[in-house]
Amino acid sequence: MLDAAEGYTTADGRKIGGVLMEMKNITLRFGGVVAIKDISFDIREGEIRAIIGPNGAGKSSMLNVISGFYNPQEGEVWFRGERRPPMKPYQVAQLGIARTFQNIALFEGMTVLDNVMTGRLTQMKTTLLDQAIWWGKAEREETENREKVEKIIDFLEIQSIRKTPVGRLPYGLKKRVELARALAAEPRLLLLDEPMAGMNVEEKEDMSRFILDVNDEFGTTIALIEHDMGVVMDLSDRVVVMDYGKKIGDGTPDEVRSNQDVIDAYLGVAHD
Amino acid sequence: MSDTLIFAMEVTLNGLMAGVLYALVALGFVLIFKASGIFNYAQGVMALFAAMTLVGIMDGQVPFAHLINAIFGTKVHHFGWHVPALAAIALTMLVMIALAWAVNRFVMRFLVNTEPIILFMATIGLAYFLEGFGDLMWGADIKKLDVGLPQGINETIDEVTFGMFGYGFFIDNLDIVASIIAALLVAALVAFSQYTKQGRALRAVADDHQAALSVGISLNFIWVLVWSIAGFVALVAGIMWGAKSGVQFSLSLIALKALPVLMLGGFTSIPGAIVGGLIIGVGEQLFEFLLGPALGGATENWFAYVLALVFLVFRPQGLFGEKIIERV
Ligand SMILES: Nc1ncnc2c1ncn2[C@@H]1O[C@H](COP(=O)(O)OP(=O)(O)OP(=O)(O)O)[C@@H](O)[C@H]1O
Ligand SMILES: [Mg+2]
Repeated sequence: MLDAAEGYTTADGRKIGGVLMEMKNITLRFGGVVAIKDISFDIREGEIRAIIGPNGAGKSSMLNVISGFYNPQEGEVWFRGERRPPMKPYQVAQLGIARTFQNIALFEGMTVLDNVMTGRLTQMKTTLLDQAIWWGKAEREETENREKVEKIIDFLEIQSIRKTPVGRLPYGLKKRVELARALAAEPRLLLLDEPMAGMNVEEKEDMSRFILDVNDEFGTTIALIEHDMGVVMDLSDRVVVMDYGKKIGDGTPDEVRSNQDVIDAYLGVAHD
Repeated sequence: MSDTLIFAMEVTLNGLMAGVLYALVALGFVLIFKASGIFNYAQGVMALFAAMTLVGIMDGQVPFAHLINAIFGTKVHHFGWHVPALAAIALTMLVMIALAWAVNRFVMRFLVNTEPIILFMATIGLAYFLEGFGDLMWGADIKKLDVGLPQGINETIDEVTFGMFGYGFFIDNLDIVASIIAALLVAALVAFSQYTKQGRALRAVADDHQAALSVGISLNFIWVLVWSIAGFVALVAGIMWGAKSGVQFSLSLIALKALPVLMLGGFTSIPGAIVGGLIIGVGEQLFEFLLGPALGGATENWFAYVLALVFLVFRPQGLFGEKIIERV
């Protein structure tokens, strides 16, 4: 067991900090369906944490609990050493938790630039009244945020499509824009639901590189769901394995790979 | 130049000015519809309510006077003061914001994720409620609204056109002022939605609720904002029409004029609302001028609807609306 306050050092020599987020005995039900059954785990400062498991295991549900889209019937959510009361998704976003969606949720009618700008909304402080009276102040804020956004756009190499309406982009680029929007919030915790699903090999490599770079350059803590075992093993520091709503494994990629329950769960189970 | 052409020019000018007001009212609908999928049937009654409130505040009327007197046996009617027009307009706007908050808190909040038709019916209910509530608050009598807007024929235009064509155009000062204010407001609303943080949040909600939530937008805030904008548009429309033809029930029917505008311009398009408003404004006046006499007159009562219907057949999504392609 790791100590809550002290971190650890990864195989590649990165320093991981204390606990940022802790899920304690979470249970989530939809009518008769138990999507999450009494699961506990933590996410540490600076870590890349993966959640894996067969289809319908409850991975997305867990991410939705963290981001406030679902409220669990039982259990506690702790963030930065404090118990988090039940919250609306927008309140969670304001705590510095950004996310992407398994089925991409972008503003299709807006340009890439505008989409990424919406990611800055949690950082923009001027009120409606300010905007009406102090137009200059609002404009300055807009420019500052615009600069930050341009940096992220450069970082993710999507300069060439800045002004393109998102609805016209191919799937792989949409996933990247969604990541850009989440990054624009400068989150403490970044949640990615299958960031590489449906991508070709080259796109997957790009996305893997971006995820590693984000973690490395901004020190962002990342929790991600992924089906591709190879990718998971390469990217993540620690892995939670879920099956039928239960946690069946938790540890470094090597540890979970040799865990018999995990091997059983994956045997004969079709994944995509 | 032939007389017909000169008259047609005058009619077109008047039509354009009416059109700007239609555009403003239509824009109120479009902004709500885009953000929340609600077609706000109560928009017209909101305009009436705003105008009544404005008159009431300006005249220092005691709200709910009849009710108060009936219950307490008192005889209060007036506070005995008069509020200047600008201050009264600001106060009325506060009332409209309070109304927006109440509509959201007591009605719309309970209807999240319900069918559009249910939301629509809720706004019908709201319309009837507000109509009665307005009467109860301010009395059902016809009121005169005078916020100091200029009225009567514009002499300059009269003289200039007389010099040019030998015929002076009759253009009402009120119409000129109204259309300038409406044009400014249309520009302000467009600027708001395109260039401010809240405007961006509004467009985000209109586009995708889930994504909007994930970037930290409070839907409740947006709903109140959207209904406040509707209240604002209603207030302006109420002032213009109220100044023109008095504050009375028929004022709430102006919203019906927005319907053909929306069919023409598309329910979700801001430029559509503007262009649609102008087309209907000019179209109905020109049509009445050219064919009205042959058809027995009063064509402006139905022309807009017929035009919109014809349009629906050929371009159901409206001038600027997105083409609807059902995914299968
Ligand atoms: N909003 C919901 N309403 C009802 N049931 C739900 C809802 N969301 C998830 N579930 C159910 O909860 C269970 C877990 O679903 P979840 O989406 O979390 O799985 P997952 O591990 O993300 O699967 P996948 O790999 O297919 O994305 C499933 O049985 C699913 O049907
Ligand atoms: Mg999932």
